[in-house]
Amino acid sequence: MGENLIPVGSGSPITREYRPRTDFFRGICWLASIVTVLLLAFILGEILIKAWPAIQKFGLGFITGVQWSPNREIFGVLPVLIGTAASSLIALALALPLGLAIALFLSEDFLPVAIRQTIRFVIELLAAIPSVVYGLWGIFVVVPLVQKYGGVLADKLGFLPFFQGPAYGNSLLTASLVLALMVLPTITAISRSALVAVPKTLREASYALGATRWESILGVILPTAASGIVASSILAFGRAMGETMAVAMLIGNSQRLSWSFLAPSNTLSALLANQFAEADGIQVNALMYAAALLVLMTLVVNMVGEAILRQTQKATAGLR
Amino acid sequence: MIPAENILPLPLTDDFVPGESNFIQVKDFKFFYGKKRALHGITLDIPSRQVTAFIGPSGCGKSTLLRNFNRMNELIPGVRHEGDITIHGTSIYDPSVEIIALRRRIGMVFQKSNPFPMSIYENIVYPLRIAGQKDRSVLDETVERCLRSAALWEEAKDRLHDSALGLSGGQMQRLCIARAVASRPEILLMDEPCSALDPIATAKVEELIVELKKDFTIVIVTHNMQQASRVSELTAFFYLGNLVEFDDTKKIFTNPSQKQTEEYITGRFG
Repeated sequence: MGENLIPVGSGSPITREYRPRTDFFRGICWLASIVTVLLLAFILGEILIKAWPAIQKFGLGFITGVQWSPNREIFGVLPVLIGTAASSLIALALALPLGLAIALFLSEDFLPVAIRQTIRFVIELLAAIPSVVYGLWGIFVVVPLVQKYGGVLADKLGFLPFFQGPAYGNSLLTASLVLALMVLPTITAISRSALVAVPKTLREASYALGATRWESILGVILPTAASGIVASSILAFGRAMGETMAVAMLIGNSQRLSWSFLAPSNTLSALLANQFAEADGIQVNALMYAAALLVLMTLVVNMVGEAILRQTQKATAGLR
Repeated sequence: MIPAENILPLPLTDDFVPGESNFIQVKDFKFFYGKKRALHGITLDIPSRQVTAFIGPSGCGKSTLLRNFNRMNELIPGVRHEGDITIHGTSIYDPSVEIIALRRRIGMVFQKSNPFPMSIYENIVYPLRIAGQKDRSVLDETVERCLRSAALWEEAKDRLHDSALGLSGGQMQRLCIARAVASRPEILLMDEPCSALDPIATAKVEELIVELKKDFTIVIVTHNMQQASRVSELTAFFYLGNLVEFDDTKKIFTNPSQKQTEEYITGRFG
């Protein structure tokens, strides 16, 4: 028997013994997880309870109604729903090409690593700017710009319903422009990680077949990262829908239906922020109904985004 | 398609001489990764339409040399070379040589199979698509020709439009071989093509290599000495960035002239 062999039965036992510290830690983790789930359930429950009188009273008419006049107790959120979807879609349409271009620029070897890291850091810092600061910046910079050049848009593109009428400073377009900037870090960060995750072997294969860099990017790298890019857009869309302060400060808060991007509009979150403080009676219930709709929409969008992201990771796992 | 003047004058059909003994010529070739020298003045001639095997322990420079034939090493920042490599008399470093055209004329198969996450069909026609080929019948014909030459046609013909990632490991590697021959290259470079395959898949790829040398000049890097002796006519033994011995495979494996070669192939080091 060699001296250096560990005899069985000495040293650490292989059977489980009572470990109070481990159990304590495990307990805390369980508690924290359960509290988080309960909290979500509690918030949803509270919203639904407060919304219930309005749901009973207005039913689906709430969603299809176009008028919102608390004095006459008429509540319809269709213009607001459209405003929510439109502002988020326009923001996405503006931010996606830009964010994707930045993500490509940062994931391929166009630039030295140090410069890439700096740009990446700065873009991720955009996410750290508080919403209200974006709102203020929008009021002082974007509103005057839209007032100044909105008229030009209306002149040149006025034949489209989207660019008709006088250019208000506080408008759907203003809010969308600022929203685009706010969701840019989301799109850039998630798209970049999808692009970086494309295996090096695929790039090599493409180059070895005589593809140029652009052919490789368009033919292999972007298609491989496509679902990650889609996921980034969906998550950015969800963020834009829920964004409140900056939008409330810029969108003009008008419940009138209009095709024009230059007209004031409203979103669910801005409606809640602007009216909740002064609301009473059935208006509170109506706002809670609107809040329930908003939560539902953002939950669905985020779940779809997460699902696609997970699908991506599964699909590219086989490549590594 | 690439303009004709940018195409390296490789002997594809007309003036091709089977068994041209110095088809690829490596002339006192040195290669550096930054300051580190990976190859110390390599000189060797590779004949056409035969299989030449590069063997040697890891880090000996065999893959580095292989990856210079299609200038893949230039994707790594900070590399530089001295000396020259010619193919059918033309220097691959000649300023008039278009690197893209060069790579279209030299197929490459990698250690780990790397099919694109697309259908089997799209994988094979990828090099044709980037060359601008749109003619459906040409594409269809290429897919069949390449899959047949990679001995994958029978297994894949009913699932051409299924994802290539659903194939087995051995099938994926044969698909990569099919893709590598799609642009009708003259040379096929193989960088340890079987190292990730099981013995049965390996045997199939080896059979394929023997079959392919009728049409292609094959250079294969391998860690598997039995493989080198089974598939190749010529074997080059590299050690620490030097070419130690280059001779007929039979001679290398039965009666090597260098002591280092003998020690390596008998497994005494490496």
